[in-house]
Amino acid sequence: MKDKSIPVFLERRSYRQRRLMDAARLLPLLGALLWMVPLLWPRVQPAQGSETAAVSTSSAILYMFAVWMFLALAALFLSVMLDTKAETRDPRDD
Amino acid sequence: MATLNILIAVCLGYVAMLFAVAFMAERAALRGRGNWLRSPWIYTLSLSIYCTAWTFYGAVGYAARSGLEFMTIYLGPTLVMIGWWWALRKMVRIGRTQRITSVADLISSRYGKSGVLAVCVTLLAVVGITPYISLQLQSVTLSFSSFAVSDAEGAELIATYDTALWVAVGLAMFTILFGTRNLDANERHHGVVMAIAVEAVVKLFALIAVGVFVVWGLAGGVGPMMERIDASQIGQWQVNGGRWAGLTLLSAAAFLTLPRMFQVLVVENEDEGHLRTAAWAFPTYLMLMSLFVVPIAVMGLELMPPGSNPDQFVLTVPLSQGRDGLAMLSFLGGFSSATSMVIVAAIALATMVSNHIVMPIFLRVTQGGASGPTDVRHVVILARRMSIGVVLGLGYLYYKVSGGGTALAAIGLVSFAGLAQLLPAMIGGIFWRGATRNGALAGLLVGFAIWAWSLLLPQFGGGALSPGVMEQGPWGISWLRPEAMFGIEGVDPLLHAALWSLSLNALVFVVVSLISFPSPLERLQGAQFVNIFEHSSNPQSWSGGIAQSEDLMIMAQRILGPAEAQSFFQTEAARQGLAGYLPEPTPDFLARLERELSGAVGGATAHAMVAQIMGAATVSVEDLLAVADETAQMMEYSSQLEAKSSELTRTARQLRAANEKLTQLSVQKDAFLSQISHELRTPMTSIRAFSEILRDADGLQPKDLTRYASIIHAEAIRLTRLLDDLLDLSVLENGQVSLNIREGLLSDVISHSIAATGADMHALRVRRVGPASEVMLNTDLDRLAQVFINLIANAQKYCDAERPELTIEVNRRGGRIIVDFIDNGSGIPPEAQSMVFEKFYRVADRQAGGAGLGLAICREIMARLGGTLGYLPGQGGGAFRVSLPAAQRMAAR
Repeated sequence: MKDKSIPVFLERRSYRQRRLMDAARLLPLLGALLWMVPLLWPRVQPAQGSETAAVSTSSAILYMFAVWMFLALAALFLSVMLDTKAETRDPRDD
Repeated sequence: MATLNILIAVCLGYVAMLFAVAFMAERAALRGRGNWLRSPWIYTLSLSIYCTAWTFYGAVGYAARSGLEFMTIYLGPTLVMIGWWWALRKMVRIGRTQRITSVADLISSRYGKSGVLAVCVTLLAVVGITPYISLQLQSVTLSFSSFAVSDAEGAELIATYDTALWVAVGLAMFTILFGTRNLDANERHHGVVMAIAVEAVVKLFALIAVGVFVVWGLAGGVGPMMERIDASQIGQWQVNGGRWAGLTLLSAAAFLTLPRMFQVLVVENEDEGHLRTAAWAFPTYLMLMSLFVVPIAVMGLELMPPGSNPDQFVLTVPLSQGRDGLAMLSFLGGFSSATSMVIVAAIALATMVSNHIVMPIFLRVTQGGASGPTDVRHVVILARRMSIGVVLGLGYLYYKVSGGGTALAAIGLVSFAGLAQLLPAMIGGIFWRGATRNGALAGLLVGFAIWAWSLLLPQFGGGALSPGVMEQGPWGISWLRPEAMFGIEGVDPLLHAALWSLSLNALVFVVVSLISFPSPLERLQGAQFVNIFEHSSNPQSWSGGIAQSEDLMIMAQRILGPAEAQSFFQTEAARQGLAGYLPEPTPDFLARLERELSGAVGGATAHAMVAQIMGAATVSVEDLLAVADETAQMMEYSSQLEAKSSELTRTARQLRAANEKLTQLSVQKDAFLSQISHELRTPMTSIRAFSEILRDADGLQPKDLTRYASIIHAEAIRLTRLLDDLLDLSVLENGQVSLNIREGLLSDVISHSIAATGADMHALRVRRVGPASEVMLNTDLDRLAQVFINLIANAQKYCDAERPELTIEVNRRGGRIIVDFIDNGSGIPPEAQSMVFEKFYRVADRQAGGAGLGLAICREIMARLGGTLGYLPGQGGGAFRVSLPAAQRMAAR
């Protein structure tokens, strides 16, 4: 029983690590995508008065910082998850 | 109102504190107590030199002018940092394994340690960073004058003294003091990094303090602030989409390629694991830095009179509200941003200039690293110090020439676009094996030329390019107009320049890489860099003779310093199993040496220096196979063949050695046999002769009969003795002898031996001296006595003095008992001393008549007893020394 369960556990663990690495690779792409969303927003046409109302700066700020916070938290999560593995490998790390 | 004098005093106090912090950090690192210096937090904070005075003052001005576009400058680095798993991790690993010292070193190392490429990158970096440094000087100067506005005396002061010059000189001194204190093998500056970390905290705190004051102190909370923002002139989304995406890309590129960023990201990195923390902590830092930019800008637009410089809102808003303390803090924040950037940029540039421009020239002029009396370390450090001075001087000059009028953000972006030209070569280098030196060089030159033409030169206003050139292009070629290349007009100049330079740069880089062919070293380095996580082995092989080791040592001493070089060489020699300081110049050792040197003088220079001593670099078959691993089986097969062939060579060598030994043994055996037959023949001949006489001769006198028979008897005894000795020797030599270990007093053994030889009855006088003869022995006493008897008998036989005398002296030395047998004869002639222990050797053919086996047997016996027997020269006579392991205890006295 025990002998069987251990390799399964390890495999699953390294599988999880692989997927975390994938997530770490994909996160900047997601971030870039989210931050390029403002390209779609209608903006003030300096010359003639615009018909559609431009996005207000306050909501733009809210959106930008929300994405920013999300990215930082996601990176924190990933780095902690990937960190535990490094710690078992190298006990000097604090 | 704060007077300028107070400001200057605070400023100097702050700098003094930085000095103290840097000094203490250096001290702690030197004493090995700098563990806290290596924390990921310090690393993260040191990255904040990305936020220069430009971001501190300029971002607010930028926001006041064009709304949220300022954010792009932070978005790029955030994305790069979050994507550390892609590029940064790889760069840090490469930087650590290859001992990379700068961005120029990285690129030149990747492309076959090319010196030309290193020079190009260095020049580009110097040209690109100069405006940036001048920007810092400008911002500090501006902030001084912002204070001076309210202080008439101060304004006078500002007018009389050139603030920028003083700031430049002060920064140069700080940088020289802490950036070039020592030529560290791994090029890390704990003091500087620590000072930067402190400055990072100061500037973040200052900006947040001003922001909190603006939002809660002036606007009355978050809600009202948001309303004010929407009501202001930047209240609506007005960002140009092209600039939004382009600037994000540009700042991401610059984050990787700026020399100062490379310095803190890669060179000063202590531990790859720190990236994990920085990956989320640095984006958070950037977010906090930009959190209050828009509120401050909006408040500034509202409160300040129209026409005031928005770049100074961070200072002028608190000043206008009478918050002098806050303004002071904010000033320190800006000051921190400027100084930290200039310090690190100057260190990074100085390293590049000294490693890639000054050192190669110096080496060429002095004809190689190994000759000449100069200490190269001093040259390197001097070159760095001069370079720091030159870099800051250039920044100051640019500030003076450009007039310092342009908005802060614009200058910063010019630099970004210039440095971004390194991106294709850098990213291509670490991800694409096909990238070649020629491709990188061509791409760089094209990108740099377009950038300089379309962005840098127009910056100088009317001075550099005439309005005619701007409008009609050079020599009337309209499609070369700086701000409308290839006939495309109306694009934002920055975007226009960045677009054309980067895309053509990348295109040329790829195309030239595709059509050119790399050198072996280039391919090898390419494989090393791209597959850094698979193999972090040594980059290339050298081969050479032992004679060159000494030259290498001389060179290394002058670069690394004698102590470090000697210990490095000693370790290497020990690793090869050699004693002393000179290891064999194996490829392994040379690769390690080169890496050690490249930590001090850069990869290309180190390579050139080793090459000068070792001759051309050779790339081994194994290395080449590693490069050409397109066909894995092929490589596998070849390396198997190679392994087999080397195994065969080894076996052949072993066989040859065995054969040699056998031949030698055979010769020895022949010599022994002929010796023995000679020894046997002499007595046999006389036995035969006398027995024939006895048989054939008639009428022999009884007296003669007795005489002949006794001769035959004596010869037979001699034969028997000879055969006994031979048997004894063979038993001893084969180790078949069984020892009869007993306990006994050494003095007893000696007395017994003297008695057995009857030495006392004869002419030989025996003198026994030495305090230690009452020693208890635990050995084969009979065998030992045999040795003593032999030695005493020898003295009897050979001592040719008129009154022969034998001294037996017993001593204890260390764990051994020494028994010396010294007679007062003429001793053994020097040329015979090494021979007396050989079988059948006799010093003189006197009648003494031994077979010449006695000493050989004695020596064998002593070896069996765990002792030695040797001739002791220089005692005024024949002298033999017997040395024995001491028994466990002394005899009771």
